[in-house]
Amino acid sequence: MIPQAFIYDAIRTPRGLGKPSGALHEVKPVNLLADLLNHLQARNGFDTDAVDDIVLGCVTPIGDQGADIAKTAALVAGWKDNVAGVSINRFCASGLESVNMAAMKIRSGWEHLVIAGGVESMSRVKMGADGGAWSMDPETSLATDYMPQGIGADLIATLDGYSREDVDEFAARSHQRAAAAWQRGAFDKSVVPVCDRNGMLLLDKDQLVRADCSITSLAQLKPAFAYIGQTTFDSVAKRRYPQVCQIQHVHTPGNASGIVDGAALVLVGSAEAGVKWGLKPRARIVATAVVGADPTIMLTGPVPATKKALAVAGLTINDIDLFEVNEAFAAVVMRFMNELNISPDIVNVNGGSIAMGHPLGATGAIILGSLLDELETRNLKRGLATLCVGGGMGIATIIERVEG
Amino acid sequence: MPLIRTLPLISTMSLILVTSSIRIEQDDAGIVHLIFDKSGSKVNLLDRAFIDDYVTTINKLKQMTFTGVVLRSAKKSFFAGGDITELSQSADQGVEENFQLLSSLKEAMRWLETGGKPVVACINGAALGSGWELALACHYRVALVKNTELSLPAVTLGLPEVTLGLIPGVGGVVRMTRLLGFKAAMPYLLKGKQFDSEEGFKLGLINQISTSRVQMMAQATNWILSQQQTVYQPFDVKNYQLPGGNVNTPSIANLLVQAPAMLKQKTQGNLPAPEAILSVMIESTEVDVETALRIETRYFLNVIRGQVAKNMINTFWHQHNEVKAGASRPVDHSITHFSKIGVLGAGMMGAGIAYALASHGITVILKDISLEKAVFAKSYTASILANCTLADEDKCAILKRIILSKEPADLIGCDMVIEAVFEDRKVKSQAITEILAAVGDDLIMASNTSTLPISSLATASTKPENFIGLHFFSPVDKMPLVEIIKGDRTSTATLAAAYDLVLQIGKVPIVVNDCRGFFTSRIFFTYVSEGMRMLSEGIPAEVIENAAIQAGLPVGPLAIIDEVSLSLIDNVRNQARLDFKAEGKLRVDNPADAVLDKLLALKRFGKLAGAGFYDYSGQGPKQLWPGLVDVFPTQDNWDIDTVKDRLLFVQSIEALRAYKEGVVTSTRDANIGSIFGLGFPAWTGGVLQFIEHYGTYNFKCRAQQFCDQFGDQFRL
Repeated sequence: MIPQAFIYDAIRTPRGLGKPSGALHEVKPVNLLADLLNHLQARNGFDTDAVDDIVLGCVTPIGDQGADIAKTAALVAGWKDNVAGVSINRFCASGLESVNMAAMKIRSGWEHLVIAGGVESMSRVKMGADGGAWSMDPETSLATDYMPQGIGADLIATLDGYSREDVDEFAARSHQRAAAAWQRGAFDKSVVPVCDRNGMLLLDKDQLVRADCSITSLAQLKPAFAYIGQTTFDSVAKRRYPQVCQIQHVHTPGNASGIVDGAALVLVGSAEAGVKWGLKPRARIVATAVVGADPTIMLTGPVPATKKALAVAGLTINDIDLFEVNEAFAAVVMRFMNELNISPDIVNVNGGSIAMGHPLGATGAIILGSLLDELETRNLKRGLATLCVGGGMGIATIIERVEG
Repeated sequence: MPLIRTLPLISTMSLILVTSSIRIEQDDAGIVHLIFDKSGSKVNLLDRAFIDDYVTTINKLKQMTFTGVVLRSAKKSFFAGGDITELSQSADQGVEENFQLLSSLKEAMRWLETGGKPVVACINGAALGSGWELALACHYRVALVKNTELSLPAVTLGLPEVTLGLIPGVGGVVRMTRLLGFKAAMPYLLKGKQFDSEEGFKLGLINQISTSRVQMMAQATNWILSQQQTVYQPFDVKNYQLPGGNVNTPSIANLLVQAPAMLKQKTQGNLPAPEAILSVMIESTEVDVETALRIETRYFLNVIRGQVAKNMINTFWHQHNEVKAGASRPVDHSITHFSKIGVLGAGMMGAGIAYALASHGITVILKDISLEKAVFAKSYTASILANCTLADEDKCAILKRIILSKEPADLIGCDMVIEAVFEDRKVKSQAITEILAAVGDDLIMASNTSTLPISSLATASTKPENFIGLHFFSPVDKMPLVEIIKGDRTSTATLAAAYDLVLQIGKVPIVVNDCRGFFTSRIFFTYVSEGMRMLSEGIPAEVIENAAIQAGLPVGPLAIIDEVSLSLIDNVRNQARLDFKAEGKLRVDNPADAVLDKLLALKRFGKLAGAGFYDYSGQGPKQLWPGLVDVFPTQDNWDIDTVKDRLLFVQSIEALRAYKEGVVTSTRDANIGSIFGLGFPAWTGGVLQFIEHYGTYNFKCRAQQFCDQFGDQFRL
């Protein structure tokens, strides 16, 4: 029989504003991870040499985040030399991909305890700083009609007819939900405050959340992609979608995911490992899926990924009790809900990346943890986490709480 | 080498070697002169023979002792560029062989460039394409500069390859990028922008400018003799940095993310050459010079084998040159030079024609029924001049050459009269009769009309052999084409003279036979009509307009209808109905007519009226009228490639009909006319070359499918 992969724990740092003025800017990404690793070990009590591998997502793996930050963090954390580590990059899905890969490792029967998760210190390593052929090599860019995601988000809004008010309303709700969630301690179980080397607190809450955020305050912001769209990239969008005469540029920094610093870890293991270390499984990883969709819009992957994961699990959309859909841009989640006909009441119930930020390499692990916490709080059974991914990909993971 | 410098200072040249295209001499200062002098040709060209000669030359140099090298030309120009005819013939031959051939040339150039001895190009005249590339591979460039007093014309420099669908293949992309940096090099490589010596000097590409060959030689010699150390290109020196920054510089990285999309916004992905150039620019800076040159060669060989390069060479090189050489002009008449021409009607067209004539040294008598109207024409000309870069005295001279009049008798003494009065048979006939009565019927009478048959207009003249159609395009100062229409009785002498006039004013003539809409208007109406048909079929207006742009057409069919006004389309249609009736035939309405009628009924007459297929609010860009969807409900099962092909095919098929009917008598005139008059996409090589592009068999099949599905306009 194929071994089951269980989630034993999921923790994260609070997310700091991804600017030099942000609370985590002075913390090296490797330290964000090392502290979390030690915290995870302390609260679960396994021997570090029992960990088969550390799989961590990181989307801009250069500079401070370069050269296999997973193994580096394990060394900094003082874990045993025999622990391996690998850093992976599936763009914004990296954090969830690490969980999925960990689950596959466990289900192969070859490994028993694997740490998944990810990190992104966006204030220190700028998004896109790693270049790459897709955006930087003209032949590649020309052949594939590369365009920035923000134009894709505006294109979804144009095609689906979401107005500026619609997307701002969605964004304001994200903030209100996140603020309420923090208020009632929804994240207490998983958020580990970040302290300096002397134990002084640096940050214990997501820095971006604004309880007073409203459509009126969001309306002040200027569209982020209007200029670059009109001068350059709208033509790319129109070549792929000729039914569009004019792209409506509705997305602003206020209704797109926040740029932040943060990290997250998920402890994944076999039943055997749980027994050995006296750990109580919180959920079972039921199914995972990755897909590719239109690379021009780049943001429509969640629906096909969700459908694929459901098919793998032999489930239907109605079998899912709660959803976490990464709020890369408001229009992404709005299209997801529309297309699958899902009530907003069970999607991102504690807010999302618009309110709390999207530390690229870590987000997938973060939203999976939040999903699990909330399933427990509400005593529900199944949840699905999904993200849109660069290159037009999508990813989804279905988890199911384990009784007992 | 100091040996040679100690020789007595006698200015003697010893001949070292003579090949068919290069002569090698050495002077008494030890400087070797590579003198480009292609035998039996007015210009130096880069062809196979040149490559062999150049490699031989370098092999000779390898055995010699010398102080430096001067590259110069024995022709009027420095070097005209690649032999396009040979290039297009050899494009499909073995890639391997072409690669070796180009590599041998580039390696020879590289040997000279990296040998440490100073190498100077003395640029006495135009250095274009591979000519400029040869100069770029030198360490120092001296060029003659424009000087009116010494009657030295401007020296044209640059890499126009991209305008023929080609890319520079002899190091031009690699060296221009390394010398100027990405941003500065872009216009010269991606647009083929040409420049003169002074601009070259400002760019740092020309090191010294001179006003005589003697001075230029002295400058070259002095520079060579003043070099104390070995000489290298800036990019071959250690610690060289790309001007403006490399791909890792944030501002450049930003530029490079956008550059492909900005380029494609213009080319719509239809032109491989600029895309290849941009790719080589970036890729070449990531590697050493030798590797960069190989990368450039591989892209070059790929581009010349492509159909688009073939299309563009066919039309923009061969056929365009044939037009300039008078291919459609009757040969047995000597060239007519015009000095005074009368223009009737001082509207937009008349004023534009007056400007076109006056700016090429012709005195114009611009006649209208009232002087006030003629005054408008003059202010129109002044407004054109305000936007051009001529010297003030030249502008004044042009304005002075336009003389206003309201008296027919003032036209006496003109070499030709061009009428450009209102597009109405009666009005035109009256104007023609009045003038001929005043000046006699011996001069050439030309009618500027876009649709009215010339032979019937010619009946207003007692000498129809002197009558001809000259169809200028609006706006005349910008549009290069003139469609010359032969009436049934137009003489060959009249035709030849009209052809000469068009060339004299720097425009491009095509010659067509008389029929309704002649050639260009006929094609134009099929285009706009197909746009309206598709709208009636439920294809969204956005898709139709975007498809046109994606196909490379300058303006969508619905937008262009708005520009010319729906009333004009209606007038032409009504005239056609009358003409059909007069011929005892019936013009069958088609779905496009219904679309036109609906818009007319809604009083949406076009841009001037503020409402047509688009809304023109005056603020912001025009927007497609949202109400179109209600009048013409849309459906979803459209396919963008079909829409694009329909817009191109319908024009090509009409052109084919015109060709079969003898309205145009050459593919040349059809292609040139469609591109320069209608803006048919350059990448196709023109309205008939497009059939070659598509493949004759594939074209037939697709046309048949369209004919079955969409109507007889696609019947072959």
